[in-house]
Amino acid sequence: MARIIVVTSGKGGVGKTTTSAAIAMGLAKRGHKTAVIDFDVGLRNLDLIMGCERRVVYDLVNVINNEATLNQALIKDKRCDQLFILPASQTRDKDALTTEGVGKVLEELSKDFKYIVCDSPAGIERGATLAMYFADDAFVVTNPEVSSVRDSDRMLGILSSKSRRAEKGEEPIKEYLLLSRYSPDRVKLGEMLSVEDVQEILSLHLLGVIPESKSVLNASNSGTPVILDEQSDAGQAYTDIVARYLGENKPHRFIDEEKKGLFSKLFGR
Amino acid sequence: MSIGTESLPMIALEFKSSTLTVPVLLLANNDLVTIDQQLQNKVAQAPEFFKNSPLLIDFQKLTAQNLLITVSEVIDIVRQHGFMPIGIRGGSEQQNAEALVMNFPVHNLLAQKTEQTEKKIEKTLPTPEVENSLTQSQSIENKLITHPVRSGQRVYAKGDLIVTATVSAGAEIMAEGNIHVYGSLRGRALAGVLGNENSRIFCSDLQAELISIAGTYQLRDDLSAYAPHKPVQISLENQKLIIKDI
Repeated sequence: MARIIVVTSGKGGVGKTTTSAAIAMGLAKRGHKTAVIDFDVGLRNLDLIMGCERRVVYDLVNVINNEATLNQALIKDKRCDQLFILPASQTRDKDALTTEGVGKVLEELSKDFKYIVCDSPAGIERGATLAMYFADDAFVVTNPEVSSVRDSDRMLGILSSKSRRAEKGEEPIKEYLLLSRYSPDRVKLGEMLSVEDVQEILSLHLLGVIPESKSVLNASNSGTPVILDEQSDAGQAYTDIVARYLGENKPHRFIDEEKKGLFSKLFGR
Repeated sequence: MSIGTESLPMIALEFKSSTLTVPVLLLANNDLVTIDQQLQNKVAQAPEFFKNSPLLIDFQKLTAQNLLITVSEVIDIVRQHGFMPIGIRGGSEQQNAEALVMNFPVHNLLAQKTEQTEKKIEKTLPTPEVENSLTQSQSIENKLITHPVRSGQRVYAKGDLIVTATVSAGAEIMAEGNIHVYGSLRGRALAGVLGNENSRIFCSDLQAELISIAGTYQLRDDLSAYAPHKPVQISLENQKLIIKDI
């Protein structure tokens, strides 16, 4: 059975798609067969970040409507043969998504893949709730500012009450905090919330901090997931996050030790 | 002198505290005809079980909805069906007075709660039809939340509400009784929502957007004088919220 990961936030522009692309590529590079699905129907972006926009023939809505098979719609990444992308439809809207349809697609993917990364749209409406409904793990991407933190808190509430796991009374979705666009200089000046502030408000496991970095914009514009830029701080942060996520199934203390390691490595503390 | 020496070996009586399990008839409707019919149906299912059974009549649901009912009429009906009523509880002041005039015992709802914890050890009789006074009402009344209450979530407790985690900004917690929050309280907390002015709010870190007891409220701006990260209790005195350190 595949592990379904939803990358979500509530607020827009915090780095969900960047994170989805990086995490999916990171998992695939470690040899796990991974699919990444764009749930932002109507505002398709993931294919651009992944650099496969010219190879889109069929999309998620086509598969849901039985107009194409899953194999026809999945795009194999050129850099890593373990990674597949299922793009969103640009000509439709989120009402084209149904719980049954999404469930069927995820079930079929589960047979073949180890990890399925769902890139959630912003907001708490249909696209976002469907992206997280079937999830096993949730990566909550938050920027260190109050409105993003509050939106994430709202999203966490929805995750714990309106997911399939919650409705069936199963073990709840595992939630992880990814703090993106973090700038230690500005935290020091008091212009930005610190990691401790955000963690205190959200009371959530910190999976990693992604520093504000020029390499993210460069990577997006060139259609290369930032994790492939091994020289960049953001790329290294995502590599660490993937490593921590994979080790997470074992002991919890590994996170804390690694967290400190990341801090001193990135911020020279 | 002779009286004193003789009375010592033969003590005639002794007072002792004891707890017992009694079926409770929880009334939800004040229509006597309906009560009569439904009671008859219940008794018909297990006539031997209910025969001469002691019964406590509980009016709390009716009182909460301001529904009126005459105590003597209810007692007559339950006696007709073979019950032996041993008292009422949760009634209005008028109903309590009426019962006392008839030399009929009035039980205190609050006293019942402390008894319940003791009774827990005893095995309860299987009374599927008539609501039993212990296990059920206890789980209905109080609520324990161990996970964070997130922005946009609402929690309602029919009795006391205990939260051992954070209550986020934009969350709303409500209780008919007291509220205890052992994490940070950043959302709204409303105690005594049905008008219980004796209910209180206890929290270890007061950063709430709004606090209210029995409808009297204060906003974040009014609370700014109180330093966060300090355990406080909030009570209602003379229609004003009083915040004190614990």
